[in-house]
Amino acid sequence: MAKRDGTFTSPELKQAEEPSELLRELVAHLRQNRTQLREEWVVRITETRLLTAMTKEEIFAEATSVYDSYVEALETEAFEALQAYARNLSERIIPRGVETHEVVGIVLLLRDVLARSLFAKYQTDFKKLNRILDAYEPAANRIANTVAVGFVQERERVIRQQQEAIRELSTPVLQVRERLLILPIIGVIDPQRARQLTEQLLRGIRTNRAKVVVIDITGVAAMDVTVANHLVQTVEASRLLGATVIVTGLSPEIAQTLVTIGVDLGKMNTVGDLQGGIEQAERLLGYKVETLAEPR
Amino acid sequence: MEVPILKQGAFLIATFQAALSDADLNQLRMGLVQQVVKFRSRAVIVDVTAMDVMDSFASRTLREIAHMIRLRGAETVIVGIQPEVAFAMVQLGLTLEGVATALDLEEGLAYLNEKFKTTN
Repeated sequence: MAKRDGTFTSPELKQAEEPSELLRELVAHLRQNRTQLREEWVVRITETRLLTAMTKEEIFAEATSVYDSYVEALETEAFEALQAYARNLSERIIPRGVETHEVVGIVLLLRDVLARSLFAKYQTDFKKLNRILDAYEPAANRIANTVAVGFVQERERVIRQQQEAIRELSTPVLQVRERLLILPIIGVIDPQRARQLTEQLLRGIRTNRAKVVVIDITGVAAMDVTVANHLVQTVEASRLLGATVIVTGLSPEIAQTLVTIGVDLGKMNTVGDLQGGIEQAERLLGYKVETLAEPR
Repeated sequence: MEVPILKQGAFLIATFQAALSDADLNQLRMGLVQQVVKFRSRAVIVDVTAMDVMDSFASRTLREIAHMIRLRGAETVIVGIQPEVAFAMVQLGLTLEGVATALDLEEGLAYLNEKFKTTN
């Protein structure tokens, strides 16, 4: 609200230059030059190689609605509509691989394009320009902030959703031979999932009367000390039920981790890959697999 | 409540009931260790199917039984540990190392028959 120029002004003039007045003038200017400014913005977007995942027509269509929402947010100073639009936009463009920097980039570009147009319009009246910018900048920054936060929130929501989906993925305990179970583990194991896995495995051993279990962890990217200890406990508990456990598919990274954190793997029976594990299990169970004929 | 010890061929079978007192466990331990030599048994099967909780005393006793039986020249197989009990035991660090285990009585007998068939 504070005026930068200490010079005296007539009351009417002062009235006319309240920030809301200035904003109204600004919005009128932006509405008037909508076509030109929007096109300039699209050109800048293309020049800076943002939104490369989208076609030119799509960029133009999005730019139009972003521009209108932007001007509307400036006018009403109500950010809810813009926020909703930003979320909706993010929902549409995230699956197409649009990155955070691109979204932030285009909003900042629009801010710059509009600021330039203000410079051009008020270049003769420097004091007026100053006051217009005083009104414009906080609002524009808030808009940029809103859009960026909306995008990031949407992104986080998608990530959370995917994490839940991974957790809910069932962990099948499969019988591949009489008395032989396999338990393929894929994805992230947290303590909660590890417990669930163990329960299912122990129950599976009992219902299938399994003697050998192959736990395949090829699909597990990383393992921490808690999960590693849990795995050891699972192996021991299975033994109490009379089943031998073979662990297969330990990646070099996991092997490194386990050695570094000093988990006692002496009780674990490990084989390089799932095939080797199943072959060893078959030997333990007394199966002999033969080729009867050349494969066709 | 006393735990019955059954003689089945060359093996002894003891079946745990639910809720055994520490005194019952001690009695079972002594009974098994005495009878294993008396009947010239080759192995002892301890069936714990009925136990849905296993405290540290019970599982320590199981391990002691197994080690004492070995010193008396026979082998022990623990059978019928429930899945929940198994995991609880492991979390308490009671893993019964060096003691043979099997899913149930049938499996335990099959294991022992197989084992003594090959050694003879």
